[in-house]
Amino acid sequence: MINLFEVVETNEMITRENLDVRTITLGISLLDCMDSDLVKLKEKIYNKIYGAAKDLVKTGEEIAGEFGIPIVNKRISVTPMGLIGGTACKTVEDFASLAKTLDEVAKAVGVNFIGGYSALISKGMTAADELLIRSIPLALSQTERVCSSVNLGSTRTGINMDGVKLMGEIVRQTAEYTKEQDSLGCAKLVVFCNAPDDNPFMAGAFHGVSEADKVINVGVSGPGVVKNAVSKVRGENFEVLCETIKKTAFKVTRVGQLVAQEASRRLDVPFGIVDLSLAPTPAIGDSVADILCEMGLEYAGAPGSTAALALLNDQVKKGGVMASSYVGGLSGAFIPVSEDQGMIHAVEAGALSLEKLEAMTCVCSVGLDMIAIPGDTKASTISGIIADEMAIGMVNQKTTAVRIIPVIGKGVGETVEFGGLLGYAPIMPVNSFSCEEFVSRGGRIPAPIHSFKN
Amino acid sequence: MDRTVITVVGKDTVGIIARVCTYLADNKINILDISQTIVQGFFNMMMIVDTGMMTKGFGQMSEELHALGEEIGVDIKCQREEIFDKMHRI
Repeated sequence: MINLFEVVETNEMITRENLDVRTITLGISLLDCMDSDLVKLKEKIYNKIYGAAKDLVKTGEEIAGEFGIPIVNKRISVTPMGLIGGTACKTVEDFASLAKTLDEVAKAVGVNFIGGYSALISKGMTAADELLIRSIPLALSQTERVCSSVNLGSTRTGINMDGVKLMGEIVRQTAEYTKEQDSLGCAKLVVFCNAPDDNPFMAGAFHGVSEADKVINVGVSGPGVVKNAVSKVRGENFEVLCETIKKTAFKVTRVGQLVAQEASRRLDVPFGIVDLSLAPTPAIGDSVADILCEMGLEYAGAPGSTAALALLNDQVKKGGVMASSYVGGLSGAFIPVSEDQGMIHAVEAGALSLEKLEAMTCVCSVGLDMIAIPGDTKASTISGIIADEMAIGMVNQKTTAVRIIPVIGKGVGETVEFGGLLGYAPIMPVNSFSCEEFVSRGGRIPAPIHSFKN
Repeated sequence: MDRTVITVVGKDTVGIIARVCTYLADNKINILDISQTIVQGFFNMMMIVDTGMMTKGFGQMSEELHALGEEIGVDIKCQREEIFDKMHRI
């Protein structure tokens, strides 16, 4: 039987170390909503999502109450809208009106984000995909809860450089369209290489076409818990350090697994995956950077940071895989800047640059995330940053992403405030040498060779 | 059997266990295990109970015990046992 010590340990994790289930994300296929009539299409989308998700928030709150574990977000992901809206949408405005429908239904069921305003163009794009992409700035400026993502490459297909060039322009345009809110639209827009179909985390969640009609995916978190565990083995060797992280990740993931199964049972929706991610928030003590510091670095970004992050990411996966039979999504440590107090401190201290972050993304679970850059950064430079990150994902057979925010009207040294879970960020300098000719070549970068690994 | 873990944490005073147990008895909640310690004057108790015969819902019990805790000056929390089982047992 459970003893007092174990009960106290669990409850300390929850109350003092910010252990939570970051999100229950309900994936909903909209493939059966397709219609060539825009009005009918919107009605079908609204009704399907509302019918599937009307009890999601209530159920999440009940589970949180009964197990005593906070479930921070309840969210929805849908089939990429580039596929769903293709036959009905003839203009950018048509597509943006679909985003409004998503926004309305998200508000009606009470979820804080809905993901899937997306296009998958890793090899090429259809006319509908392009139209959707061109509608992103308008869609994100007219909606509050819609998140958008575009998959630009994969290890099997290579990188769609036409898409990369276009997305550099779209990111800039989205920043312009939402400049009144410090270019907040860009915080809801992410580009991927090797995007997973079952990611529960925003802004990149969408419900892949290989998924069932409905599915429950759960994202766990707990950087504070890992940091606290690591602080108890100060000075010990790497074996002890790794063992500690692994055991902690196991415990954290088991909570996610329990919540996922309960949500699946109560909503009568199949359980998909648990995403084992250390997702920081701006709250004190909920930082991935602090774990790196606890391991022995002065600041995140100091030499040794990539090794420390690689170790952390691997041990989180090793512990988590033992705890849940179905692991998926992004699974690893997130290293966003604005959402992590320790990262913000590192940038302010001059310890962390965009280039070091790029190196760290080679071993973390995602990529350049929530990074504010000067508002006058050229679209081609943004495309260049995206291309670099996509190349890392393509060659290393991993998911990489870019979510950067060119803050219109602000420059290096200034700070931008997004509020809530998105936090605030100091604006980081960008290498200003040109890559215009490179990104303008057009076409694709071929898929890499899978032999002769060096 | 429907097992719930009730934890009571707070400043030690006379009658904490009596008050909690009275509530449980009144609501047909059977106590399976109790352990308790006092650390630096702080009362720390855990009970494993069976709520299988209770007529109220989990949410109502949880709220009423929380309110009782406020009255006595301690923090009372109810959680289903699975969260501890899952976390600490392979």
